[in-house]
Amino acid sequence: MELFISIFVATIVAATPLVFAALGELVVEKSGVLNLGIEGMMLVGAAFGVWAHFAGLSMPVALLTAVLSGAVVSLLFGVLALTFMTNQYAAGLALAIFGTGVSAFVGRGFGSTPVEAIQPLHFPVLSDIPVIGPMLFQFDPLVYFSFVMFALVTWFLYRTKAGLALRAIGESPDSAHAIGYPVIKIRYLAVMFGGAMAGLGGAYLSLVYTPLWVENMTAGRGWISLALVVFAAWRPLRVMIGAWLFGGMTILQLQGQAMGVSVPSEVLSALPYLATIVVLVLISQNRKAMALDFPVSLAQPFRPRG
Amino acid sequence: MTPRLQLRGISKSYPGVLANDDISLSVLPGEIHAVLGENGAGKSTLMKIIYGATPADGGQILCDGREVPEHGPAVSRELGIEMVYQHFALFESITVVENIALSMPGRMDLKGLAVKVREVSEKYGLPIDPDRLVLSLSVGERQRVEIVRCLLRQPKLLILDEPTSVLTPQAVRKLFETLRKLSDEGCSILYISHKLDEVRELCHSATVLRGGRVTGETDPRTTTSADLARMMVGSDLPEMLLQPSELSTAPLLSVDNLNMASESHVGTSLTSIRLEAYGGEIVGIAGVSGNGQGELAAAISGERIASAAEDIVLEGRPVGHLDAGRRRDLGLGFVPEERLGRGAVPPYELSENALLTAHRKGMVKHGMADRNKARDFTMQVIDKYSVKAHGPDAKAHGLSGGNLQKFIMGREIELSPKVLLVSQPTWGVDVGAAAYVRQTLIDLSRSGRAVIVISEELEELFEICDRLYVISNGALSQSLNRSETNVEEIGLLMAATGSRDQDAEQRAEDMKYAV
Repeated sequence: MELFISIFVATIVAATPLVFAALGELVVEKSGVLNLGIEGMMLVGAAFGVWAHFAGLSMPVALLTAVLSGAVVSLLFGVLALTFMTNQYAAGLALAIFGTGVSAFVGRGFGSTPVEAIQPLHFPVLSDIPVIGPMLFQFDPLVYFSFVMFALVTWFLYRTKAGLALRAIGESPDSAHAIGYPVIKIRYLAVMFGGAMAGLGGAYLSLVYTPLWVENMTAGRGWISLALVVFAAWRPLRVMIGAWLFGGMTILQLQGQAMGVSVPSEVLSALPYLATIVVLVLISQNRKAMALDFPVSLAQPFRPRG
Repeated sequence: MTPRLQLRGISKSYPGVLANDDISLSVLPGEIHAVLGENGAGKSTLMKIIYGATPADGGQILCDGREVPEHGPAVSRELGIEMVYQHFALFESITVVENIALSMPGRMDLKGLAVKVREVSEKYGLPIDPDRLVLSLSVGERQRVEIVRCLLRQPKLLILDEPTSVLTPQAVRKLFETLRKLSDEGCSILYISHKLDEVRELCHSATVLRGGRVTGETDPRTTTSADLARMMVGSDLPEMLLQPSELSTAPLLSVDNLNMASESHVGTSLTSIRLEAYGGEIVGIAGVSGNGQGELAAAISGERIASAAEDIVLEGRPVGHLDAGRRRDLGLGFVPEERLGRGAVPPYELSENALLTAHRKGMVKHGMADRNKARDFTMQVIDKYSVKAHGPDAKAHGLSGGNLQKFIMGREIELSPKVLLVSQPTWGVDVGAAAYVRQTLIDLSRSGRAVIVISEELEELFEICDRLYVISNGALSQSLNRSETNVEEIGLLMAATGSRDQDAEQRAEDMKYAV
């Protein structure tokens, strides 16, 4: 039981950075924009979070710094892809590389210096309930916030007029433009939201999960977030499930390595990536359902006509 | 009475083209006013100017007697001008009511809006279910959504751009009822079309455009089609020459007991299709849209291989198991109904589009394309089939519908197919080009080839076909000689077996609204 609880808790925690980054990218892609630069934006968030922390700022301000840095660096992509209508694949890849470089520069000097991590919350009474307490009520605040963001994103996309407009733009920017929606502006906002969420995901790694700054510490989580969005067929709940699956596999393979399973550790380390993709591919087999949620204009530059 | 809309001396030029030249017209409240003209006559530009989607270079627009100063779509909506586009601006992945909500101002109230949609759709006989996904709607239903969307804003002037090009005859009749009702209520309607019969049936007045100028203002109810056509085209339309011809002794193409299951729940399955086409004749396939025409075309052309080799026989050779490319090699040409995206690649040059099927004329050597040959071939097609294009490097999507159709037809005919299958040959094509395309088909058949025409326009089929089949619910009727049948008989066959459950339901629904 102890082991199960610890694996469960570790899974949720390991999944949290992916939840932030992938939910952000989901909104970006729903508007018809493909930003491949999540990895770079996460690293920028992680580095700026640590920088703010060591600059003596309080934890909430450090997190806010990470969020803002992610949003600002995503603007780079926005200007290239939305204003100058360059190829979105190229612009996204450029952002991934640029973000990696910037984060290494900002994080210089903080390397491997432990951070005073954000501590788990302790709710009176609730946290002390056996089993349920440690499983549900002893997380750090950001884990709870990730669930709030899930609810907010779902509500926004499917219950608000702005969310409806965003999805409509993702399907046909020309039609949306024709009935008077500011396509470029809405796409900019989506891209910045994606950047902010990726920045937060990165800061979660450097300020809570690890918690210290290491170059390239995201270790491909940005790319996995991208894959999550695609294989989750652009649905928020499936993004969550995919993230947990990845988190779970990460923890299980660590356990396996610790217990000395006779499989090379490299193979074990690759497992979460492999398993996540396999499962998501399997559940995204229903093409008709896919067609409904797929943003048709994805990665196509929009030029307003007339 | 003050005119609802008055145009005075509207002009608009694009680089190299004078799209509108000193156009004036006026529409009274409740009047259904036709703007007639061939494609390229300047109708669409004029409508965009009226709606405010594009500014005029000169001239005045008056609405209810007052001049409209700074024009734009937002101003139009305030003035009560609404427009139903030819290509609908609907989003497929969301529901009808969500689509409508997107174009309504203010906060979103889907439930309240759905109630209003139902009210309006019932009042005007435009049955639509607000909760259905647009994805699952037919073109006709989508048009209803567009119209209801406009009606919800209680327009004073409704602009319809070629509204019947996507409708079945029955649906056209229903649309006219709706429009007449609107007109009775005082709503003015600008009806853009190139179909003379419809304009004569529906409209109170007509302004005819040619080459960007007004060439006539008449009461279409008292003007003959021939006169209207003369104003539109500038000369008399050529009469179709349909001489009797010698038929080949054996059919060039025969389809025997072909069955093909539908690929999706919205498609139609083909059941025991039997069809023969002899050299020297044009065989028509009539039917209401969505009864298996698309599937039949795919099965014969080889886009879908769903049959045993013997099910389809080309010149005595079983081809049912061959793919589309192999069938083309053997002389089965195909012109699909979608010119852009299927008949031609929109952003490609004409010469590149020529290569796509005409590479069979030795344009590819050792896997390399011979561009010069492709250009020569393209020039030849442009000249011979009087395609209006500035040259072989014109982009396919830059051509008007009629010219692109002439180009595609020419490309296929120059490959000298034994059998040519053409789907909707004159869909969205102007009168002049349509007549040309039809004559080309007749000439081809008279040179000993077999031509199969799938069309939803009965008049067209009666004009050019020697024999007719009717497709209904995926099954083909007996062959009918054109000289021995009539529109009524065909109409009955179209409806007779065409009782798909869904259709029956729809008809019941239609009846309900009709009463």
